[in-house]
Amino acid sequence: MLQIISLLVENKPGALMRITGVLTARGYNIESLTVARTLDPELSRMTIAVDVDPTLRQQVIKQMNKLINVLQAIDLTENAAVAREMLLMRVRAPLEARPAILKEAEIFGARVVDSSVDGFAVEATGEPEKLDEFVDVMRAYGDIEVTRSGMVAVCLEPRKLRLSAPIPKLDNYVGDHLAKGVLNA
Amino acid sequence: MSNLMSGSQILLECLVREGVECVFGYPGGVMLPLYDAMYEHPMRHVLVRHEENACFAASGYSMATGKVGVCMATSGPGATNLTTGLVNALMDSTPVVAITGQVPTRLIGSDAFQEADTFGITRSCTKHNFLVKTLADLPRVIHEAFYLAATGRPGPVLVDLPKDILQGQTHYAPVSSIHLPGYKVYADGHAGQIRRAAQMMWEAQRPLVYAGGGIVSSNAHNELRRLVELLDTPAVCTLMGLGGLPSSHPNFVSMPGMHGSYAANMGLTHSDLLIAVGTRFDDRVTGRLSAFAPHAKVVHVDIDPSEIGKNRVADLPIVGDAKRVLVRLVKALEELSPQYSSRSAEARRDWWRQIRDWQTEHPLTPEISTSEIKPQHVMKEVDRISGGNAIVCADVGQHQMWAAQFIRFNGPRLWINSGGLGSMGFGLPAAIGAQFACPNKLVFALVGDGGFQMALPELSTVVTNGLPIKIVVVNNGYLGMVRQWQELFYNNRLCAVTLDSFPDAEKLAGAYGFTGRTVESPADLQSALEEAVAEPAPYLLNIKVCPDENVYPMVPAGGAISEMILGPPQPVAVS
Repeated sequence: MLQIISLLVENKPGALMRITGVLTARGYNIESLTVARTLDPELSRMTIAVDVDPTLRQQVIKQMNKLINVLQAIDLTENAAVAREMLLMRVRAPLEARPAILKEAEIFGARVVDSSVDGFAVEATGEPEKLDEFVDVMRAYGDIEVTRSGMVAVCLEPRKLRLSAPIPKLDNYVGDHLAKGVLNA
Repeated sequence: MSNLMSGSQILLECLVREGVECVFGYPGGVMLPLYDAMYEHPMRHVLVRHEENACFAASGYSMATGKVGVCMATSGPGATNLTTGLVNALMDSTPVVAITGQVPTRLIGSDAFQEADTFGITRSCTKHNFLVKTLADLPRVIHEAFYLAATGRPGPVLVDLPKDILQGQTHYAPVSSIHLPGYKVYADGHAGQIRRAAQMMWEAQRPLVYAGGGIVSSNAHNELRRLVELLDTPAVCTLMGLGGLPSSHPNFVSMPGMHGSYAANMGLTHSDLLIAVGTRFDDRVTGRLSAFAPHAKVVHVDIDPSEIGKNRVADLPIVGDAKRVLVRLVKALEELSPQYSSRSAEARRDWWRQIRDWQTEHPLTPEISTSEIKPQHVMKEVDRISGGNAIVCADVGQHQMWAAQFIRFNGPRLWINSGGLGSMGFGLPAAIGAQFACPNKLVFALVGDGGFQMALPELSTVVTNGLPIKIVVVNNGYLGMVRQWQELFYNNRLCAVTLDSFPDAEKLAGAYGFTGRTVESPADLQSALEEAVAEPAPYLLNIKVCPDENVYPMVPAGGAISEMILGPPQPVAVS
């Protein structure tokens, strides 16, 4: 089963590369990755689906949390969470197959977003496994072309976000942070 | 009141505010605006002869002082040459700030002359890196870079500065605060965990302190000593932790690991509680993990949460700064002391008897011969002159291991070497940095003939700056460590390890204008070293040691540390 890591990150150039770098440095493939801004435009929410051994996943998440641009990285695999994916599909459909296709789409809660003489464009949202089934069914009707968004997930439990406070400094400031001791979170 | 300044001037002003006194660098095209600003600035710039060595020198400077080392290089080749030094600083948690030039922002991504994607290339070489694309961001970024480099788990931070940023003009106002909301440092350690750890330590029968480089980087040496004395526990210091507990301390049981002592490795194997502080259970220490300290519970103190449980599961993890945690740990131990100390003293007597037995069974004794110079003999003589007080900057290889085994360090920041990355060519430039940091200290560049030749161009830097570094080349005519592995594990099929044509030391040093000498007889060793140290100038000693000596004890790669090869195979009598 795929595992889901959810990250809250600063919306800065290079942040994506740092995060994926934690996985690619170990030679892991990313199954899916979505990223978009949050209510705070300076932050982005990222959902990464991976297939990683559980102990290493904890290690990977710790390393992600260590990144300066990452405010929070959490493991949603075993937490109360909802995960959804969106799919857009183009179906070539001869006229006689169209009613059946529409019926199937309705069963899966999919919506027709475009219709032409060649066929339909259909939009569906759901759990990834459900979308897999939908794809299998629609394949029976002929040529299809599919684009999937990758998973987006939201944690259902409130999560405390620990952020570091601003560090006042620098008037009459002389270096050597070490002598001054380390920052206390 | 703000005033109009160039990006270059702002950068220098920020460096001054960070307490930077000297930078190691190499100029180039896009860095011209910065070097032009430096023309009339009191900042000391040390011109090295290769950018990699700028980063190594900055590391040496940092390791000798605890301050942030600073290096500079131009775009493209300058920046790519820095990368080895950056990874080295990352692996050994050395605070370094690297400033690189970049092509002007409008040309980035166009394959411009001397362009490289420095921001991309150094992402995995640094703790964090920045590409400044707006002049207004510059002062904040510089201060963030220093803050990140020095705090938490220290490391290298790179700031890439396009030429137009260095050239641009703006009104400068000092930065009043920086904000890194995602940078989390848990420094103090969990109070409950610390109390529980203290209890575990008193209750243990065979506790062993396993101290790493974190002791040195957080200046926790006094606290470590207090803890060791309070518990009367034996202590091993890793390669990066040497000097964290004085080598002359009666509780110090040398270095553990692949070339650690018998007593240290047996101590780890039989301990029932490892007190691991500022250390990361590196494979060169643990050998085969499944056989490492099999009877021990582990208390693991580290500032980096991702180190806890990475290699060995910690029974009691404490995320925190070594010094801060040890201060509180010592206090907790003292509070519990009346309850436990008499009971624990008894258990400790047996444990110490066992440790002392291991020490006498297979002591670390240097090979010494009257007919040829044994490399261990060189270490013994350097140690005698140093008396535990000189700064020794080692390169990488056999000599590094012998130095770690036989040279005493009676304080932190005296032993400077490339541990995690094992980067040859480190010793000489690191010594340059250390000598700049500590102009009045005796500094040795203790190097092999391989690593020395990688750093050869820096002899100019040594001479130009009148650095009285004592360069001691332990010359066995081989890439000794590679030869040792080929000999032991590849049927002695020696391939590409012979280093012929080492230059005449006298002529080489003479060409640069200082004294060099080749030593070939053990009888001359002591006087030659004394003569070198007496000279108020650089000195090159080329010591020709017997070529086929190997480092023992040795744990073969992937072996258990209790299964050491203790010495060369003994000749078998033919009947």
